[in-house]
Amino acid sequence: MTYLAKSPWIIHYDASSCNGCDIEILACLTPMYDVERFGIINTGNPKHADIFVVTGSVNEQNREIILNIYNQMPDPKVVVAVGICATSGGVFRECYNVAGGIDKLIPVDVYVMGCAARPESIIDGIVTALGILEEKRTGKVHSAPVIDHHENKEHPPQNNGSA
Amino acid sequence: MINIVGALVFVLVAPVVGALVAGIDRKITAHMQGRVGPSLFQPFYDVGKLFEKEQAVVNETQIFYAICYLIFMIFTGALFFAGGDLLLVIFALTLAQIFLVLGAFAANSPYSYVGAERELLQILAYEPMVILTAVGMFMVTKSFNVSDIVTSTTPVVLLIPGIFFGFLYVLTIKLRKSPFDISTSHHAHQEIVKGVTTEFSGPSLGLIEVTHWYETVFLLGFIYLFFGFSPLIAVIAVIVVYLLEILVDNTNARVRWQLAVKSSWLIAAAVGVLNLAALYYVLGGLP
Repeated sequence: MTYLAKSPWIIHYDASSCNGCDIEILACLTPMYDVERFGIINTGNPKHADIFVVTGSVNEQNREIILNIYNQMPDPKVVVAVGICATSGGVFRECYNVAGGIDKLIPVDVYVMGCAARPESIIDGIVTALGILEEKRTGKVHSAPVIDHHENKEHPPQNNGSA
Repeated sequence: MINIVGALVFVLVAPVVGALVAGIDRKITAHMQGRVGPSLFQPFYDVGKLFEKEQAVVNETQIFYAICYLIFMIFTGALFFAGGDLLLVIFALTLAQIFLVLGAFAANSPYSYVGAERELLQILAYEPMVILTAVGMFMVTKSFNVSDIVTSTTPVVLLIPGIFFGFLYVLTIKLRKSPFDISTSHHAHQEIVKGVTTEFSGPSLGLIEVTHWYETVFLLGFIYLFFGFSPLIAVIAVIVVYLLEILVDNTNARVRWQLAVKSSWLIAAAVGVLNLAALYYVLGGLP
């Protein structure tokens, strides 16, 4: 028996989402769904988190931040892309500033569909992620740090001093 | 007189009791918020999980400081439950806390730094009242030894009610509960990311959690000391005090550090010192 599946701590990042999926994620924490009964806690710290929950698609502003959060999480870790934008870019996939789903940047383990994703499907996605988390622990999978090879020479990413 | 058995029992039993207290705390908190809440054994799962994770720290010395924090907290509690000198217990407690601050300062991170500075402010806030508590107990029972205070037939709490109230006030700081969870807090609360524990992850964070279990049991033992004349009342008082802390935690918003320091010093000066002065006058001098 493992403790990892009984105490998954998540970190939630809104990458250019319209906030629809974020509201549904927060709905999971309310008395209605209360995911804390499964030991799930929404931490604000990548170093304490086991599951990276991302909403919205990758764009030039947030790719650095997504990488930073992902690389700071200790192993074993999984990534859950919540909502259609995080999965593929959704209706924004053709936009000039959108690179696409989260898997364009970091390895995604679970895709949760929906626009916006329903709390039930988000919880289902997290529970699926727990199985993968356990597999990674037993398999001692080391997630290598991801380096961004994307180079936008005309508009280099702005470093505004925040970590 | 040092009671080795008491110390050993503390070292072995305190983490289990402390974790269960934390589990009950989370359950009651959830019910207060209209939720079901996690399992009673959730704190065990959390720490078990943390020890399964990768040890990812910025600076290796962080782990050393986390271990020192645990060791000195165990020393503090063991000395207390062995019936040792209350002043030495308080100094050991401060030393343990300082190791946590050093651990946070060891990582070059702004969030960790702010957390460490706030932890120092918290120590600054509660320390005068804790020392006044020891002095008050000495005035009443004529001894600084925990073994003498706890076996004293004097109703300590009735003679130093002001100091008891002041101690309850700073207990909120020690237990890291709202409104004074300014350096770091429990459950899903966040402040400056995660304050002093921001840069700790995996096993080293697990050590800090275990330390907090020891600390909780030690602090509840401190409450017991006020009611040492009657073990039954003492146990009831410990339970009531902890329930009160949970209620305060759930009904108060976090305050700014200025208010935390000012108010706890004001309480220490007003009720603590006044209580001591009244006692001095009634007893007609120092014992």
